[in-house]
Amino acid sequence: MTTRISRRALLTAAVTAAAVPQTTRAQAGSVLRVGMTLADIPLTTGQPSQGGEGQRFIGVTLYDALINWDLSRADVAAPLAPGLALSWEVDAATRTVWTFKLRPGVKFHDGSDFTAESVVWNFDKLLNKTAPQFDQAQATQSGPWIGTIASYRVVDPLTVEIVNKAPDAVFPYQAVNLYMSSPARWKEMGGDWAKVAQAPSGTGPWAMDKVVPRERAEMRRNAAYWDPKRIPKSERMILRCMPDSTTRLAALLSGQVDWIEAPPPDAVPQIKSAGMQLVTNVYPHIWPYQLSFQASSPFQDIRLRKAANLAIDRDGLVKLLGGLALPAKGMVTPKHPWFGKPSFDLRYDPDAARALIKDAGFGPSKPVKIKFLISTSGSGQMQPLPMNEFIQENLREVGFDVSLDVMDWEALRARRRGGVELPENKGADGLNNSWGFGDPDLGLIGTGWSQKRPPGGYNWGGFADAEADGYASQAKVEFDPAKQDALLAKLHTRLVDQAMWIWVVHDLNPRALGPKVKGFVSAQSWLQDLTPVWVG
Amino acid sequence: MHLYVLRRLLYTIPIIVGVTLVCFSFIHLAPGDPISAVLPENASAAVVAEIRKAYGFDKPLPVQYLIWLGNVVSGDFGTSIMTRRPVASEVAPAVANTALLAFSAISLSFILGIVLGLSAGFSDRRVTDRSVTAIAVTGISIPHYWLGMVLVVVFAVLLRALPATGMGPSGIDILHFGLEDLRHLVLPAITLSMIPTGIIARSVRAMVAEVRRQEFVQTLKGKGLRRGRIFLHIIKNAAPPILAIMGLQFAQLLGGSILVETVFAWPGTGFLLNSAITTRDLPLLQGTVIVLATFFVMTNLLVDIVQTFLDPRVRRA
Repeated sequence: MTTRISRRALLTAAVTAAAVPQTTRAQAGSVLRVGMTLADIPLTTGQPSQGGEGQRFIGVTLYDALINWDLSRADVAAPLAPGLALSWEVDAATRTVWTFKLRPGVKFHDGSDFTAESVVWNFDKLLNKTAPQFDQAQATQSGPWIGTIASYRVVDPLTVEIVNKAPDAVFPYQAVNLYMSSPARWKEMGGDWAKVAQAPSGTGPWAMDKVVPRERAEMRRNAAYWDPKRIPKSERMILRCMPDSTTRLAALLSGQVDWIEAPPPDAVPQIKSAGMQLVTNVYPHIWPYQLSFQASSPFQDIRLRKAANLAIDRDGLVKLLGGLALPAKGMVTPKHPWFGKPSFDLRYDPDAARALIKDAGFGPSKPVKIKFLISTSGSGQMQPLPMNEFIQENLREVGFDVSLDVMDWEALRARRRGGVELPENKGADGLNNSWGFGDPDLGLIGTGWSQKRPPGGYNWGGFADAEADGYASQAKVEFDPAKQDALLAKLHTRLVDQAMWIWVVHDLNPRALGPKVKGFVSAQSWLQDLTPVWVG
Repeated sequence: MHLYVLRRLLYTIPIIVGVTLVCFSFIHLAPGDPISAVLPENASAAVVAEIRKAYGFDKPLPVQYLIWLGNVVSGDFGTSIMTRRPVASEVAPAVANTALLAFSAISLSFILGIVLGLSAGFSDRRVTDRSVTAIAVTGISIPHYWLGMVLVVVFAVLLRALPATGMGPSGIDILHFGLEDLRHLVLPAITLSMIPTGIIARSVRAMVAEVRRQEFVQTLKGKGLRRGRIFLHIIKNAAPPILAIMGLQFAQLLGGSILVETVFAWPGTGFLLNSAITTRDLPLLQGTVIVLATFFVMTNLLVDIVQTFLDPRVRRA
């Protein structure tokens, strides 16, 4: 058998040829069936595992945090909104003491009350190793967001106080990731988190009915949810593990599920021709090369950083991706409140790139030799191999001689987490690790501030710029959200003008929905609200 | 006979220990940090060291191996790094799910393979022989994940007659096994049965044809035995090697198929291995591989023992 036909091509051909009327599709009633990209159900006990998708399908479905994301709009970057706390404010004198006023009358799925005691119990679960409910698994998952917490206490049944180690205006963006699980359910299960995982209890709009590891999770509507506007329209939701994109596509096209995450880009025309809905929107995602500023790296020279940014045909790359990406103009999207007014325009201008390279002392006879670390796949990595080969060719055309060091996703993450100084990273001039900018720390402050080197920060390559440092340090302690946004815009402007990274495209977060799926609003966020969705 | 069985049982011990050693070594030779998948983006060196210690990865490899082997012998396969669930509780349902698929596929293969092989082996018509050979070669040659997708396209996407992916609602609960469960089983079982069907059909055909050419068959014919009796004599002589091949095929199916189980999102050992490999979940990977290897060794042992009952020459050898 020498003829090889790709699996996707088979599906494509079949769907095009068949054009089965969607009226024949089995009715799903008020059950929403979702095909996830995950191979296992994320940790269900409170702090979900498996990154953004874990939070999307287990975090914000079963649980609430003190502060939630407002995922109700598609036209603006998702803002913060009151969750289990009605309000929060920082003490003006110390700027480290936060007071959260809690929402009264909230109950966990098991019927127990949510109070300030519950909040302290949950912080102990993550931070207090001597507490009986301390859970290393959840503590690990919450690692990026609990590091600034020094202490916490109950003020009264509906007020809790949280103290940061140092003034940190970004704390509300971190608190949004700390979900509240039920102390009563943990006690009911004999203090065994493994048992809680099978019958978790939060305060979220969905309640868990059944968990079958590596197969599916079944949830039911929480009709007593505290926010009447967010009581799910579907009675039930079934989440299925389908890590293979072609399998997800087949399941959608055969009517076995109503919703799939991340359909394969080359199947977009067929998804549309089969009457399915393809939903896309920008969200806080960037596909970049994080650059090395080591002495040996050519990217110490801003001319070469700018040349690399000007050499990439982003529109061509978007075509390669079936239109499922947006050409980048910086770390954040142009309409984002933190975009600012960069003067350096990330356009495709190979002549300008060649001129900059020549000015830096390189040229066709003396190409700039660089090495990028890339992965074969991974969360947010889109289609890393064809994308990197496309860009490698773009860069070659203007005078870069690019070698690609390919590794698996976890190996690349380890290379990033260790910083550019990691011995294995010797000779690497850039790292192709997709990034999120959902909170100021992750997106701008942690990447652009010279003090924020790994492991505490995210400045992998050692970028150091006094002006950027100034904006970053001010934004970190600016507690007025509007003023903080303004400082972040200045920081972003500076980072783009300094061409800190090579920014390529933003993913458009595609998902394919069956023709009868209604009510979905694609928020500009890694998370989505599934409560208004139903199958008509 | 008892001594023979005992001897074969003892042989399996060094084999299984060897398998554990090879399995452990190869898994640890792969580059990268096994705890990488569970570390937060900003994990400090202290956190990394703490988690590494918690899983015992801070010890020298030979020590890690001995501790792991000791735990395995006492039935403790460790804890999955990703899910924090005991490996045994991960592997057991996956093995059961794969066993259901494997039993279904191998039953289909045995029936089809034997029927096809016998018809070709006993037939004096070239066309029958060639047709069966063509079917067998096709079955062996088609990549099964490709066939799986073709079946999904035809029966799930176009005809909407069968589900494209997943297990039925009852899982492996045989008592509640119903039509919906059967519908989920059909496509992956057919896909998985193709290669063993081809191999069994070819083996049966070859063995039957070979035995038919032997002198004792001519003698039986000369003595005037009925076709039915001659058939039985041929089958009895051809059975041992066929049984060995069938046993091997069954053992291989029990090992699960990463490709077929991934295509059909079937939550078996292949699916589990795929997940363990991509997340670098070493305890889960080691636990799954050792369970599968043990299955393979034990199935072979069983086949060997059954062979000795059917053919005393094996025991004497």
